[in-house]
Amino acid sequence: MVKKSTPKEFIIERDNEKCITCQACVRMCSNDAHVYQPETDTVISYDEKCVGCHFCETICPTGAITIRRNPSEFKPNANWDATAIRNIIKQAETGGVLLTGMGCDKPYPIYWDHILLNASQVTNPSIDPLREPMELRTYIGRKPDKINLKTKLTPQLKLETPILFSAMSYGSISLNACISLASAAEEIGTFYNTGEGGLPKDLYKFGKNTIVQVASGRFGVHKEYLEAGAAIEIKIGQGAKPGIGGHLPGEKVTQEISETRMIPEGTDALSPAPHHDIYSIEDLKQLIYALKEATRYKKPVGVKIAAVHNVAPIASGVVRAGADYVAIDGIRGGTGAAPLVIRDNVGIPIELAIAVVDQRLREEGIRNQASIIAAGGIRCSADIIKAIALGADAVYIGTSALVALGCSLCQKCYTGKCNWGIATQDPYLTKRLNPEIGKRRLVNLLRAWSLEIKEMLGGMGINAIESLRGNREQLRGIGLTDTELKILGIKPAGMAW
Amino acid sequence: MKKIIIREEYCMGCRLCEIQCVVQHSKTKNILKVYKGKDIKPLPKIRVEQEGYISFALQCRHCQDAPCIEACITGAMYRDKKTGAVLCNEEKCVGCWMCIMVCPFGVIQRNIEGKKVASKCDLCTGEEIPACVKNCPNEAIILEDRK
Repeated sequence: MVKKSTPKEFIIERDNEKCITCQACVRMCSNDAHVYQPETDTVISYDEKCVGCHFCETICPTGAITIRRNPSEFKPNANWDATAIRNIIKQAETGGVLLTGMGCDKPYPIYWDHILLNASQVTNPSIDPLREPMELRTYIGRKPDKINLKTKLTPQLKLETPILFSAMSYGSISLNACISLASAAEEIGTFYNTGEGGLPKDLYKFGKNTIVQVASGRFGVHKEYLEAGAAIEIKIGQGAKPGIGGHLPGEKVTQEISETRMIPEGTDALSPAPHHDIYSIEDLKQLIYALKEATRYKKPVGVKIAAVHNVAPIASGVVRAGADYVAIDGIRGGTGAAPLVIRDNVGIPIELAIAVVDQRLREEGIRNQASIIAAGGIRCSADIIKAIALGADAVYIGTSALVALGCSLCQKCYTGKCNWGIATQDPYLTKRLNPEIGKRRLVNLLRAWSLEIKEMLGGMGINAIESLRGNREQLRGIGLTDTELKILGIKPAGMAW
Repeated sequence: MKKIIIREEYCMGCRLCEIQCVVQHSKTKNILKVYKGKDIKPLPKIRVEQEGYISFALQCRHCQDAPCIEACITGAMYRDKKTGAVLCNEEKCVGCWMCIMVCPFGVIQRNIEGKKVASKCDLCTGEEIPACVKNCPNEAIILEDRK
């Protein structure tokens, strides 16, 4: 047979009336999609190499380049859509597991878009956040069962806004991206998370705004590392790949990364799927308390799990094991590399997970014992406020933060050729992310979202985010089935209190 | 005096500074007219030096002790009293290229297309922010007051 090659995904349209052959696109494309032809003084483009990252489009000084999706060349078929056909062709060619990056892109229901917020009218006054104080400060950590004047709180994380940066390791993202996140967290008064990549020397100075992660590979975990952060997070699972470990290819393990991760240079960094010392809640408890002992009970220790079918009882076990917070990562959570089939088919949406976990912990009377941090596909301030009203204490944002840094979700993180200098270790590419600009943009994003959250809170007549937490009466579902409404614990739109 | 600071660590080698420099010093200041038109393009007064992944954009440093002013035989090269920039009066320049010989940075070029004169960075006279600084997508060239 004639061997089929993977059909091109994008078409690079070059307006030759506008192209001045300055070759900025040629120099900038890490996929070599643009090539200069000196004989004719023209630039030609190879569509099949384009990943759709839009870097050339952004950099072109005359706006001569437009990247378009290749209009489907297959006969329309609801079952055998272009993605399905493309993937089969790729696998028939390579015989391997398909890899991808970022979060699940399948059109599963996005419950955020089926939830509406409330506002005050006549009977209760709304509040203008520009005139009156509005409290977004959030404390993450165990709250006591009862309080009196002598109650001493266990260690808490103080957040000026209920938004943290998700775990993204040095290795999966560049040092410049890590610095952008860390410095933005410091400026706003929140936290970023090291992921399982260890803490590079340059980032120790951001320690008080750092959550250090202990994952199944235990990369870069040592005494100073645990002591450097404001909190410790045990990573059990990740929304993009529940039940799957991690794999940082050896090519990406540069000298700096090998030092940070404490593994030989150029060797694959393999994180096992489970922690080999955790096979039960009791084992998890041992690790939680080992970490608490190691840091003299001065820091909160949290546990991150992926949202799976049994998430509520698992979260209950995690809280009973002594976690100070539970981070739950939904199916739309991002990744630097995961098998496509896992990313797109395993797990449940975070909206449902927050609702069932919050409900379960309340029913068991242990909701106060741990905070809930929701993660996975938070796109805007409305998603955050809905997450909090469903019962989360705060949210982790990963993809949104990367988009603020330039990411256009081309999902090619695993190739290490990120043109935006984010998911790469190639010094030629990492230079492109100036952490000063990165920090500025992240700070802007968190500021903007915080202001919007205040506006929405004010509209509901609430002046503190604390008063919204788990306040599901402020939410109404639209276009949802009775079962979905029941799971989310909200009334349908149109139903009064 | 505000100086152009080069930050090698953020220069990605896109060379947009060179292009925008040409546009800024053209008659029309319109990028398509400059590159698609028939008029002779001015030379870029900024040049990106590149070796592997290391790159940086270099233009006249406007030295405090400028050898080009010393070496100029006609007094064409002078220091602007207001801005402190080292400029070339093209009316006086005879194209002897002594400035090119003495420039420690190699940032003065022969403009042999039009009148034979020395071509160098003028900090975009009249503009608040030079074109290269304004258009660098990664802020690898910045304008700063630095001693």
